[in-house]
Amino acid sequence: MKLEFLSVPANVAFARVTVAAFASQIDYTLSELEEIKVAVSEAVGNSIIHGYENAPDRFVRVYAALTRDTLEIRVEDDGKGIEDVNKALQPAFSTDDERLGLGFMFMNSFMDSLRVESAPGRGTVVTMSKRVGTGMAKVGPEQ
Amino acid sequence: MVPVRLDLELKQNTLIVRLSGDLDLAITDNLRSSLDEAIDKQSVSNLIFNLSQVTFIDSSALGVLLGRYKRISRRGGRVCIVGLQPQVRRILELSGVFQVMDEFPGENVALENIG
Repeated sequence: MKLEFLSVPANVAFARVTVAAFASQIDYTLSELEEIKVAVSEAVGNSIIHGYENAPDRFVRVYAALTRDTLEIRVEDDGKGIEDVNKALQPAFSTDDERLGLGFMFMNSFMDSLRVESAPGRGTVVTMSKRVGTGMAKVGPEQ
Repeated sequence: MVPVRLDLELKQNTLIVRLSGDLDLAITDNLRSSLDEAIDKQSVSNLIFNLSQVTFIDSSALGVLLGRYKRISRRGGRVCIVGLQPQVRRILELSGVFQVMDEFPGENVALENIG
Protein backbone atom coordinates (compact mmCIF):
# COMPACT_ATOMS: atom_id res chain seq x y z
CA MET A 1 0.00 0.00 0.00
CA LYS A 2 1.26 3.48 -0.75
CA LEU A 3 -0.17 6.79 0.43
CA GLU A 4 1.10 10.21 -0.48
CA PHE A 5 -0.49 13.27 1.07
CA LEU A 6 0.11 16.94 1.87
CA SER A 7 1.94 17.80 5.06
CA VAL A 8 -1.09 19.19 6.89
CA PRO A 9 -2.14 18.11 10.39
CA ALA A 10 -5.59 16.92 9.27
CA ASN A 11 -3.86 14.16 7.28
CA VAL A 12 -2.35 12.59 10.41
CA ALA A 13 -5.73 10.97 11.18
CA PHE A 14 -6.16 9.95 7.55
CA ALA A 15 -2.79 8.16 7.61
CA ARG A 16 -3.28 6.30 10.88
CA VAL A 17 -6.85 5.20 10.12
CA THR A 18 -5.87 4.00 6.64
CA VAL A 19 -2.85 2.02 7.87
CA ALA A 20 -4.92 0.50 10.70
CA ALA A 21 -7.64 -0.53 8.24
CA PHE A 22 -4.97 -2.08 6.00
CA ALA A 23 -3.39 -3.88 8.98
CA SER A 24 -6.72 -5.26 10.14
CA GLN A 25 -6.56 -7.80 7.30
CA ILE A 26 -4.40 -9.92 9.60
CA ASP A 27 -5.23 -10.95 13.16
CA TYR A 28 -4.27 -7.96 15.23
CA THR A 29 -6.20 -7.32 18.42
CA LEU A 30 -7.97 -3.98 18.79
CA SER A 31 -5.28 -2.99 21.26
CA GLU A 32 -2.53 -3.76 18.73
CA LEU A 33 -4.34 -1.74 16.08
CA GLU A 34 -4.47 1.17 18.52
CA GLU A 35 -0.71 0.86 19.00
CA ILE A 36 -0.17 0.92 15.25
CA LYS A 37 -2.30 4.05 15.03
CA VAL A 38 -0.18 5.81 17.65
CA ALA A 39 3.07 4.85 15.90
CA VAL A 40 1.82 6.13 12.52
CA SER A 41 0.51 9.31 14.11
CA GLU A 42 3.87 10.01 15.72
CA ALA A 43 5.90 9.34 12.59
CA VAL A 44 3.67 11.44 10.33
CA GLY A 45 3.45 14.18 12.96
CA ASN A 46 7.24 14.31 13.14
CA SER A 47 7.46 14.70 9.37
CA ILE A 48 5.02 17.61 9.42
CA ILE A 49 6.37 19.42 12.48
CA HIS A 50 10.07 18.69 12.38
CA GLY A 51 10.77 17.58 8.81
CA TYR A 52 8.73 20.25 7.06
CA GLU A 53 8.48 22.70 9.98
CA ASN A 54 4.72 23.00 9.43
CA ALA A 55 4.97 23.94 5.73
CA PRO A 56 1.60 22.72 4.37
CA ASP A 57 2.61 22.22 0.74
CA ARG A 58 5.07 19.34 1.04
CA PHE A 59 4.37 15.62 0.80
CA VAL A 60 4.59 12.74 3.24
CA ARG A 61 4.72 9.19 1.90
CA VAL A 62 3.53 6.17 3.83
CA TYR A 63 4.15 2.64 2.61
CA ALA A 64 2.74 -0.43 4.33
CA ALA A 65 3.19 -4.12 3.56
CA LEU A 66 1.72 -7.21 5.17
CA THR A 67 2.98 -10.73 5.47
CA ARG A 68 0.99 -13.51 7.13
CA ASP A 69 1.77 -12.17 10.60
CA THR A 70 3.69 -8.90 10.28
CA LEU A 71 3.04 -5.33 9.23
CA GLU A 72 5.90 -3.18 7.99
CA ILE A 73 5.42 0.57 7.70
CA ARG A 74 7.69 3.15 6.15
CA VAL A 75 7.08 6.87 6.62
CA GLU A 76 9.15 9.19 4.43
CA ASP A 77 9.57 12.92 4.06
CA ASP A 78 11.92 15.16 2.06
CA GLY A 79 12.27 17.64 4.88
CA LYS A 80 15.20 19.11 6.72
CA GLY A 81 16.30 15.83 8.27
CA ILE A 82 17.67 15.06 11.70
CA GLU A 83 21.18 16.10 12.63
CA ASP A 84 21.73 13.51 15.36
CA VAL A 85 19.41 10.52 15.04
CA ASN A 86 20.68 8.83 18.21
CA LYS A 87 19.99 11.96 20.22
CA ALA A 88 16.51 12.30 18.68
CA LEU A 89 15.71 8.77 19.83
CA GLN A 90 16.33 9.66 23.48
CA PRO A 91 13.02 10.04 25.38
CA ALA A 92 13.84 13.44 26.88
CA PHE A 93 14.98 14.96 23.62
CA SER A 94 12.84 17.43 21.74
CA THR A 95 13.56 20.60 19.87
CA ASP A 96 10.11 21.87 20.85
CA ASP A 97 9.19 22.66 24.43
CA GLU A 98 5.76 21.04 24.31
CA ARG A 99 6.62 18.01 22.19
CA LEU A 100 8.47 16.29 25.01
CA GLY A 101 10.40 13.88 22.83
CA LEU A 102 7.80 11.20 23.36
CA GLY A 103 7.12 10.46 19.70
CA PHE A 104 9.98 8.04 19.08
CA MET A 105 9.46 6.54 22.53
CA PHE A 106 5.87 5.62 21.62
CA MET A 107 6.98 4.22 18.23
CA ASN A 108 9.66 2.16 19.92
CA SER A 109 7.30 0.92 22.62
CA PHE A 110 4.40 -0.01 20.38
CA MET A 111 6.26 -1.54 17.45
CA ASP A 112 8.66 -4.52 17.42
CA SER A 113 11.29 -2.73 15.38
CA LEU A 114 12.09 0.88 14.63
CA ARG A 115 14.73 2.23 12.29
CA VAL A 116 15.32 5.91 11.58
CA GLU A 117 17.45 7.00 8.65
CA SER A 118 18.08 10.70 8.25
CA ALA A 119 20.67 13.31 7.43
CA PRO A 120 20.47 17.11 7.44
CA GLY A 121 18.80 18.33 4.25
CA ARG A 122 18.04 14.83 3.05
CA GLY A 123 14.72 13.99 4.67
CA THR A 124 13.84 11.22 7.07
CA VAL A 125 12.74 7.62 6.61
CA VAL A 126 11.18 5.81 9.56
CA THR A 127 10.71 2.06 9.16
CA MET A 128 8.72 0.10 11.73
CA SER A 129 7.35 -3.40 11.97
CA LYS A 130 4.95 -5.22 14.23
CA ARG A 131 4.10 -8.89 14.49
CA VAL A 132 0.67 -10.17 15.42
CA GLY A 133 0.35 -11.26 19.03
CA THR A 134 3.38 -9.60 20.51
CA GLY A 135 1.30 -8.48 23.46
CA MET A 136 1.56 -5.37 25.55
CA ALA A 137 3.91 -2.50 24.91
CA LYS A 138 7.45 -2.88 26.15
CA VAL A 139 8.01 -0.94 29.33
CA GLY A 140 11.57 -1.27 30.41
CA PRO A 141 14.86 0.38 31.17
CA GLU A 142 15.74 0.80 27.50
CA GLN A 143 13.32 3.73 27.44
CA MET B 1 -9.99 22.38 9.95
CA VAL B 2 -11.16 19.97 12.61
CA PRO B 3 -12.98 21.85 15.39
CA VAL B 4 -11.77 21.32 18.92
CA ARG B 5 -14.30 19.22 20.73
CA LEU B 6 -14.13 20.98 24.00
CA ASP B 7 -16.53 21.77 26.83
CA LEU B 8 -15.39 24.03 29.64
CA GLU B 9 -17.02 24.54 33.04
CA LEU B 10 -15.70 26.60 35.93
CA LYS B 11 -16.58 25.32 39.41
CA GLN B 12 -15.27 27.63 42.09
CA ASN B 13 -11.72 28.17 40.89
CA THR B 14 -11.34 24.82 39.13
CA LEU B 15 -11.71 24.63 35.36
CA ILE B 16 -13.22 21.34 34.17
CA VAL B 17 -12.08 20.56 30.63
CA ARG B 18 -14.17 17.92 28.86
CA LEU B 19 -12.64 16.71 25.62
CA SER B 20 -13.92 14.22 23.08
CA GLY B 21 -12.83 12.39 19.96
CA ASP B 22 -9.32 11.89 18.61
CA LEU B 23 -6.74 14.28 20.00
CA ASP B 24 -3.81 14.71 17.64
CA LEU B 25 -1.81 17.33 15.77
CA ALA B 26 -4.92 18.57 13.96
CA ILE B 27 -6.40 20.04 17.15
CA THR B 28 -3.38 21.06 19.20
CA ASP B 29 -3.20 24.74 18.19
CA ASN B 30 -6.91 25.34 18.81
CA LEU B 31 -6.87 23.37 22.03
CA ARG B 32 -3.82 25.23 23.35
CA SER B 33 -5.27 28.67 22.59
CA SER B 34 -8.76 27.82 23.92
CA LEU B 35 -7.35 26.52 27.19
CA ASP B 36 -4.93 29.40 27.64
CA GLU B 37 -7.71 31.90 26.97
CA ALA B 38 -9.96 30.25 29.56
CA ILE B 39 -7.14 30.03 32.10
CA ASP B 40 -6.19 33.68 31.61
CA LYS B 41 -9.71 35.12 31.46
CA GLN B 42 -11.01 33.44 34.57
CA SER B 43 -9.20 33.08 37.83
CA VAL B 44 -8.39 29.41 37.39
CA SER B 45 -6.33 27.76 40.12
CA ASN B 46 -6.82 24.09 39.22
CA LEU B 47 -7.63 22.00 36.17
CA ILE B 48 -9.53 18.76 35.73
CA PHE B 49 -9.19 17.04 32.36
CA ASN B 50 -12.17 14.78 31.73
CA LEU B 51 -11.02 12.46 28.94
CA SER B 52 -13.89 9.96 29.16
CA GLN B 53 -14.94 10.71 25.56
CA VAL B 54 -11.40 10.74 24.17
CA THR B 55 -10.77 7.77 21.90
CA PHE B 56 -7.20 8.53 20.79
CA ILE B 57 -4.32 10.67 21.99
CA ASP B 58 -0.77 11.10 20.71
CA SER B 59 2.26 12.97 21.95
CA SER B 60 1.28 16.27 20.32
CA ALA B 61 -1.99 16.50 22.27
CA LEU B 62 -0.32 15.15 25.38
CA GLY B 63 2.16 18.01 25.06
CA VAL B 64 -0.72 20.49 25.24
CA LEU B 65 -2.04 18.90 28.44
CA LEU B 66 1.44 18.93 29.98
CA GLY B 67 2.01 22.52 28.88
CA ARG B 68 -1.15 23.56 30.76
CA TYR B 69 0.07 21.57 33.76
CA LYS B 70 3.24 23.66 33.75
CA ARG B 71 1.21 26.87 33.73
CA ILE B 72 -1.14 25.80 36.52
CA SER B 73 1.61 24.33 38.71
CA ARG B 74 3.56 27.59 38.48
CA ARG B 75 0.53 29.20 40.15
CA GLY B 76 0.59 26.54 42.84
CA GLY B 77 -2.49 24.77 41.46
CA ARG B 78 -3.23 21.12 40.75
CA VAL B 79 -4.11 19.26 37.56
CA CYS B 80 -6.13 16.04 37.64
CA ILE B 81 -7.37 13.58 35.06
CA VAL B 82 -10.62 11.63 35.11
CA GLY B 83 -12.36 9.08 32.87
CA LEU B 84 -9.59 7.40 30.93
CA GLN B 85 -10.36 4.77 28.33
CA PRO B 86 -7.85 1.86 28.39
CA GLN B 87 -5.97 2.79 25.21
CA VAL B 88 -5.63 6.39 26.37
CA ARG B 89 -4.50 5.33 29.84
CA ARG B 90 -1.65 3.26 28.36
CA ILE B 91 -0.33 6.28 26.48
CA LEU B 92 -0.49 8.41 29.61
CA GLU B 93 1.20 5.69 31.69
CA LEU B 94 4.05 5.35 29.20
CA SER B 95 4.53 9.11 29.08
CA GLY B 96 4.93 9.47 32.84
CA VAL B 97 2.02 11.92 33.13
CA PHE B 98 0.84 10.31 36.34
CA GLN B 99 4.01 11.45 38.07
CA VAL B 100 2.63 14.98 37.97
CA MET B 101 -1.14 14.61 37.55
CA ASP B 102 -3.43 12.58 39.80
CA GLU B 103 -6.13 10.37 38.36
CA PHE B 104 -9.57 10.15 39.95
CA PRO B 105 -12.62 8.06 39.02
CA GLY B 106 -14.85 11.07 38.35
CA GLU B 107 -15.17 14.83 38.37
CA ASN B 108 -16.82 15.03 41.79
CA VAL B 109 -14.11 12.96 43.48
CA ALA B 110 -11.46 15.06 41.79
CA LEU B 111 -13.17 18.28 42.92
CA GLU B 112 -13.32 17.01 46.52
CA ASN B 113 -9.63 16.14 46.46
CA ILE B 114 -8.57 19.40 44.89
CA GLY B 115 -10.70 21.42 47.29
